[in-house]
Amino acid sequence: MQENITILEPGRAEKNYWLDLWRYRELFLILAWRDVAVRYKQTIMGIAWAILRPFLTMVVFTVVFGRLAKLPSEGHAPYALMVFAAMLPWNLFSSSLSEASNSLISNANLISKVYFPRLIIPTATLVTAFIDFLISFAILIGMMVYYKFVPGWHILLLPFFVILALLVSIGPGLWITALNVKYRDFRYVIPFLVQFGLFVSPVGFSSSIVPEKWRFFYNLNPMVGVIDGFRWCILGGKSEIYWSGFLLSSIIIALFLWLGIYQFRKTEKTFADLI
Amino acid sequence: MSEIIIKAENLGKKYIIGHQAENGRYVTLRDVLMQNARSLWLKSRDMLKGKIYIKGDTLEDFWALKDVSFELHRGEAVGIIGRNGAGKSTLLKVLSKITEPSSGRVTIKGRVASLLEVGTGFHPELTGRENVYLNGAILGMTRNEIRRKFDEIVAFAEVEKFLDTPVKRYSSGMYVRLAFAVAAHLEPEILVVDEVLAVGDAEFQKKSIGKMQTVANEGRAVLFVSHNMGAIQSMCQRAIWLDGGRVMSDGISRNVVQQYMESANTGSVLYTPEPKDGYTDLIIEKIILKNSQGEVTTTVSSGEELRIEIYYKALKRLPKPYFWIAVRSRFGSLFGANMLFDAARPEYIEGRGMIACIFNDIRLLPQTYTIRLGVRHQNAINNYIRNAEVSFTVIGTAQDLGMAGETADNYFEDFYSLLVPYAWILPDGRTVPVNGFHSNAGSSLTPDLKSQGLDCESIE
Repeated sequence: MQENITILEPGRAEKNYWLDLWRYRELFLILAWRDVAVRYKQTIMGIAWAILRPFLTMVVFTVVFGRLAKLPSEGHAPYALMVFAAMLPWNLFSSSLSEASNSLISNANLISKVYFPRLIIPTATLVTAFIDFLISFAILIGMMVYYKFVPGWHILLLPFFVILALLVSIGPGLWITALNVKYRDFRYVIPFLVQFGLFVSPVGFSSSIVPEKWRFFYNLNPMVGVIDGFRWCILGGKSEIYWSGFLLSSIIIALFLWLGIYQFRKTEKTFADLI
Repeated sequence: MSEIIIKAENLGKKYIIGHQAENGRYVTLRDVLMQNARSLWLKSRDMLKGKIYIKGDTLEDFWALKDVSFELHRGEAVGIIGRNGAGKSTLLKVLSKITEPSSGRVTIKGRVASLLEVGTGFHPELTGRENVYLNGAILGMTRNEIRRKFDEIVAFAEVEKFLDTPVKRYSSGMYVRLAFAVAAHLEPEILVVDEVLAVGDAEFQKKSIGKMQTVANEGRAVLFVSHNMGAIQSMCQRAIWLDGGRVMSDGISRNVVQQYMESANTGSVLYTPEPKDGYTDLIIEKIILKNSQGEVTTTVSSGEELRIEIYYKALKRLPKPYFWIAVRSRFGSLFGANMLFDAARPEYIEGRGMIACIFNDIRLLPQTYTIRLGVRHQNAINNYIRNAEVSFTVIGTAQDLGMAGETADNYFEDFYSLLVPYAWILPDGRTVPVNGFHSNAGSSLTPDLKSQGLDCESIE
């Protein structure tokens, strides 16, 4: 029986926090599984909804932005494919940000009664968004078959951009959820941010329509880098990637990630008292 | 002395509470606007400084725990008792690492499993089976552990038939049984339990206490918060009494329980006068219970003398009143004293005085009892005092009563209240006397089946 001595004192940093995270990894999986399992309980269509929703969104987007608005596509790739390639990371970002921001409050009963490293809660919400992402990715593959579009070697770099997309969401997600416990105002910020971001980010259009002199600063929006990267991977080089802008986006992502984890760890001890 | 596994030193936990100022000050619109502007400014300033925002005009420090120090040894079961709001749950939260102490420190050796609520994390949409895995993981069990114990858990909860229905369809009893079943199969080094046994029917409570007893007997340390003094005494060797966030007493559970019960009643007075019907010529001012040592108390040990003192005020001279007392348990009246039967009436009572009654040779089981008393007019029909009722508790464990049965402590409340000497004559001819039985009637000790027609040949 290993003797682990814990000392509880005001202001004492939890030495074994990261070790604890590993020890509680099963809880992480179970919480993620719970969120997924609960979604489609008592529904008739069940898992079919998970496929139907992104599919219908894709159709609407293509019709609105492609046929009606007549925005230019990238190179020779079909417009629908371009939009869908951007929707994948965008949905990953928006749903995981929304879920993560509210995760602590919705699990208040756990936080006030049981001990486990609280970081597990928002990170577990990423899993549900990721599963939706995988399903949408399957639809994307279906679309590529339909358009007889063959991706280049760039697509092998996709996992890297997926991880980047996850990081984009978890950084601000952690930051907001930590602050949300204390100041509930932040709950109202998220839907607005997501709505606004959808039009500001190059989801329905290509970032190449942004005028040259603003292109660099446009990348202050971290999703620009991620979406451009996704397009580049999927559409295989026909979509140009603006490397210096991409670097800026990556720096912003790293900054938010650090800020999020810092803020979360700093306020973690007071969650049970304030929630 | 076995190893210390929890050591708390001057533990303190502070909360900040806000108070609203008086409401009368909102006189003009200008006042309202000024107040709102001011509080908005203060809130923003606090937020930028990173301080916690507490709503209210004035703030106050509230110490939920103050200077709490104690030690818990391996294999020890300690009960924590106290009134509501004494800080018991806060103490458990600090020990479970859910909240941080504001002062002092706690050193813990080993893993702590906390049961602060039954069914933590249960999701109503998931089935019983799924919730067992969920709840088990939340409490800290690994998947393999849960899988191994799954059948045991379900058998303990008695919900085999409903395992695959969503938990929102369960009755509250099933819910609580399942939740406790999962928690009961934890195997931590230190178990911390908070009043979870307060829910559920008597059957369930008994099962839970039995299970906790097993855990304690297996040599794990248990910290148990409860309002059930019987459970505390039977399960815990030691008890800690918390009041207002401070440790009032720490020692053998029976003594601590006694001290707590005494303080829980206002002073040690059992009764305060209320306006009664009928005659108002007699007022009972105070009823006091004293134990064999003459100390005023509301708890007595089994076998002690019961001395009931009635302090009265007669507003005029009342001739030959009849006093009567009945001592009742939940099964009904057990015994009493009645001047209608004996010849002990006083000639008269006038002004302030005291009348006492002493019962001895009474052995009561540890339960809660009521003293009902009244005073009648000398015509034996009308009442000066129809009914005054006060309660007292008898405390003690199976050991104190000389009961050697293993399950004795669990069943004291269930069958009867009075301990009377008796003896069993067993089939093998042995006689087992209990409670000081000695036969004075020369009862035959050998079984005589033949005369009753019950021997082997007669039964065909």
